[in-house]
Amino acid sequence: MASTAHWWLEVALRLVVILGFFLVVPLLVGQMEHKAMAHMQGRLGPMRAGGFHGWAQLIADGVKFAQKESVVPADADRLVFQLAPAVALLPYLVALVVVPIGPGTQVGVALDLGLFFVLAVMGVGVLGTLMGGWASANKYSLLGGIRTAAQLMAYELPMLLSAASVGMAAGTLSLGAIVDKWQWWWLPWQLIGAFVFFVSGLAELQRPPFDMPVADSEIIFGAYTEYTGLRFAFFLLAEYAGIVLLCLLTSVLFLGGWHGPFSAHLGWLWTVLKTLALAFVVIWLRVSYPRLREDQLQRFAWTALIPLALAQLAITGVVRVL
Amino acid sequence: MGLGGTGGTTYYSAYSIVGMLLLLGVAFVTVSFAANSLLAPARPTPEKLLTYECGVDPVGEGWAHTHVRYYVYAFLYVIFAVDAVYLFPWATVFAAPGFGVTTLVEMFVFIGFLAVGILYAYKKGVLTWL
Repeated sequence: MASTAHWWLEVALRLVVILGFFLVVPLLVGQMEHKAMAHMQGRLGPMRAGGFHGWAQLIADGVKFAQKESVVPADADRLVFQLAPAVALLPYLVALVVVPIGPGTQVGVALDLGLFFVLAVMGVGVLGTLMGGWASANKYSLLGGIRTAAQLMAYELPMLLSAASVGMAAGTLSLGAIVDKWQWWWLPWQLIGAFVFFVSGLAELQRPPFDMPVADSEIIFGAYTEYTGLRFAFFLLAEYAGIVLLCLLTSVLFLGGWHGPFSAHLGWLWTVLKTLALAFVVIWLRVSYPRLREDQLQRFAWTALIPLALAQLAITGVVRVL
Repeated sequence: MGLGGTGGTTYYSAYSIVGMLLLLGVAFVTVSFAANSLLAPARPTPEKLLTYECGVDPVGEGWAHTHVRYYVYAFLYVIFAVDAVYLFPWATVFAAPGFGVTTLVEMFVFIGFLAVGILYAYKKGVLTWL
């Protein structure tokens, strides 16, 4: 009986930690984005809220969003419109549960199918954008939704193929076991796969240079045009939670996750550092590259990313067997 | 005690933890929306509920008919995605003892099919939008 109570307590603790991680780390990335972009563009960025370098800006934003009126346009498909932000947000929370932060038991729950599960659940998130784009009954939203759907055709396949390459290298789909087996020479071995995975992840998250579905200067904000208040904030949170998840996955699959000096004690720190470094790259790319056109992404995916991913599969197979 | 495999967590209880996290997330969203509806004002006016179209009255309806030019990509995508799913179970066993070079040759046949497919689509001009 005591062990059952212990089990429930441990599960509850893990779930609360995951929810906390999910709510806090995206804010850190958002703050990093404010500051990194400001420095790269030679401006200050938010400096007022909270006193020291505007550290409380995102909290102030959150308070503002929570107090704003939720407007549902009269022409919109009401129920779908209202559900869309939750559908966009929740998959990123659920996916976090299988990603190992440190060695051993430092993971929400170690599923044998972890890699497959993460990819499947991440794929659900885009449905929220599609729902919002259609249900808004707005021409810009519809265009944004159609662009999102087009983007889906481009990134999903190279992402699956490059992730499968890591599964082949490790001989398992459990994320914890993949990190366990990781050796430093996997870095050059899986380099092409890492590039393909990260780039397709950027396209999935609709981050620059692949932000055509939201393209604020062309189609207002795509599928999010009609959203206000908390629902809009949830779409934004979904974007940043997506960045965190993509960077976590890239570091777990390709950069060795918790491997590093003193990994027995400081493993989780290495995972977090690698994740934040990758998040910085995501922000850096936003500042550095102009937006692509949808057909350019499509061509890039089918004539560059997919052939590269297939080549990576071949390299992985040959090295593993011979 | 590790969750998943050891220490009293079985296959089903591992997935039930995933389910519990989903419920926790749903609860978080519900509570947020409830708090939002308590905190936020609600003063709808006909103008406010109008579809946004750059400040002018909307023309026609939002669900406009559009020619989806990338539908050929969608066909390609479905075909390839189904193929890609088969890779995952195979990836875990292909290097196991007793398989070795045979599976490697099979892999090249598989990748070859995919590559020829893409090459064919490319030659047919399917991979150029517009």
